[in-house]
Amino acid sequence: MVMMSYGQALQSALDIALEKDANVFLAGEGVGTSIHVDPNLPTHGLLEKYGPGRIKDTPVSEAAIAGLAVGASAMGLRPVVEIMFFPFITLASDMLVNHAAKLRYMSGGKTDFPLTVRVKAGVNFGAGSQHSHNLEAWIAHTPGLKLFYPSNPADAKGLLLEAIFDPNPVIFVEEMLLYWMQGEVAEGAPPVSSGKANIVRDGTDCTIVTYGGAVHTAMQAAETLSKEEISLDVIDLRTLVPLDENTMLESVRKTGRLVVLHDANRFCGYGAEIAATVAEKAFSSLKAPIMRVAAPDIPVPVSPPQEAFFKPSPEKVISAVRAIMG
Amino acid sequence: MNDKFLPVGVLRKLYSDMALIRHFEDKLVLLAQEKSRVVGMQILANGQEAVAAGVVNALEPDDVIVSNHRSHGHLLAKGADPQKLMAEIMCKATGVNKGKAGTLHLAVPEINAIMTSTIVGASPPLAMGAAFAQQYLDRSNITTVFFGDGAAAEGSVHEAMNMASLWKLPVLFVCENNCWAGAQHLREHSCVENIARRADAYDMPGTTVDGNDVLAVYNTASDMADHCRKGKGPAFLETRTYRMRGHGEHDPCHYMDPAELEKWGLLCPLKTFRKYLEEHQVLPTDQINDIDRKAALIVEEAVIFGDESPFPAAADALNDLWIEEENRH
Repeated sequence: MVMMSYGQALQSALDIALEKDANVFLAGEGVGTSIHVDPNLPTHGLLEKYGPGRIKDTPVSEAAIAGLAVGASAMGLRPVVEIMFFPFITLASDMLVNHAAKLRYMSGGKTDFPLTVRVKAGVNFGAGSQHSHNLEAWIAHTPGLKLFYPSNPADAKGLLLEAIFDPNPVIFVEEMLLYWMQGEVAEGAPPVSSGKANIVRDGTDCTIVTYGGAVHTAMQAAETLSKEEISLDVIDLRTLVPLDENTMLESVRKTGRLVVLHDANRFCGYGAEIAATVAEKAFSSLKAPIMRVAAPDIPVPVSPPQEAFFKPSPEKVISAVRAIMG
Repeated sequence: MNDKFLPVGVLRKLYSDMALIRHFEDKLVLLAQEKSRVVGMQILANGQEAVAAGVVNALEPDDVIVSNHRSHGHLLAKGADPQKLMAEIMCKATGVNKGKAGTLHLAVPEINAIMTSTIVGASPPLAMGAAFAQQYLDRSNITTVFFGDGAAAEGSVHEAMNMASLWKLPVLFVCENNCWAGAQHLREHSCVENIARRADAYDMPGTTVDGNDVLAVYNTASDMADHCRKGKGPAFLETRTYRMRGHGEHDPCHYMDPAELEKWGLLCPLKTFRKYLEEHQVLPTDQINDIDRKAALIVEEAVIFGDESPFPAAADALNDLWIEEENRH
């Protein structure tokens, strides 16, 4: 194991994939030469190592970037393209939703699309709602797209390798604010399997199901509540599609309580699917109503106190847990 | 027409393809009137046969084509099996895509027709991606994409043209200008009459040809394919033709000018080419009639094959979304 940042872990995965398979290439706005220079950024240094033939800086053309990925993957390449910020995926959405997701199905399984789209997510950098908007529920609602969302350096590396070598299209969400987070990462290239949630804290009183940066919010809440002798079982889903139902159902059967947490808006958010699944499949184990802790249904505000108000905090998780602990 | 003195074999192939496409789509016109025979929208390209035959015959077998909602002609010219194509249009299990594509989303990778999209304007970025792969893999093949004058107004087409030209990708953009975007005439939806003028904005050669003159289409497409194949970047071919039927067979065409329709009817690409072949004694009339009879027979057999084929099982709808784990590299 080696210590590295989340951003370096992503960089390491890209480096390994580029090294291992000549059909892997990167494309996006500034993936080669960026306006930011920081060794913790995922594509830092890759242009120098692999050259402009494989690390393609593109025009500001999200539809074409996504089209490049779909068309090139249909020909057998393994494109790894970047859509700079999550809300920009709307400009690429036709290529992803109507093509990457559907063309294999509609071809009767004849054409494959082994592509990865890296997209940066995050609330709390004051950029406003056109740069910060968690749209994972949009993606998850489209059959045919996988959706990975790592919360730590080890998963960032393992899941990105898994995404690149998955023969299906994968939307890979990177939590920008974690790029500088340090953690232990496996050497070499052991992938992290998709559809396998991680129990990041073992507890008995209440289950928290979450993913991405919100995992850290849940862990802070768990730490505080442990002082009141309330013990939380914290589950990091790691991949939203496919979803590991068993791990969360087993946890709820043990604790009898569920709080779903995410940084995305509450209404029709991914958490609603978690709550519905648990209500359908583990209803008899529930001792209290399922609670959702999510962002209010407004665009991400820019003003610091409003943005902080928007993002679900450990305190909101603690309140939700207390409310159902009785 | 034949100022380049094309061999008789090429001329015969062009006419055969056009005849097959015309018979195939004329049959679909009839089938569409019987709602139980073909389902969904039948979006046909009657009158545009010279574009499909002319362009596709100018390509190499390993060249890729990306088509759109009006795809039957492109696919037949590229060599798709008419029986499996008809069965697919009928949504049968024996179709090229097991009944999952229907008439609009046909993908026939075995003849390098890897993708067809009904999202207007989506085909050019898909083709640009395929051409990137050809360049990346150092192949000598090109990708040809068909789209209409309507699609030319989509932003995605312009993004694709810019990126293709910037990276010198081997894409032949074929704008099949059939004068109509749905119910809107070219003069109502385009600020320019000749869409090929836009090629200049993306620093690629652009030419407008008579899309009903199969030899003009073939010769220009051959030159442009050669340009793309030599690594000189993309090229833009606009073919001026006319949509002789509605947007689809469900369209009553109440907005179309009968005089304009009649004018273009006289310019029918099959009639024109047949006349040329006869007058220049390229093919004797009985041989041309044989080609037509053969095309009609192929279509009849395709319809029988489609009619006799079963629908896919309902539960098979759940298959083909993902590549399963056991098929992974």
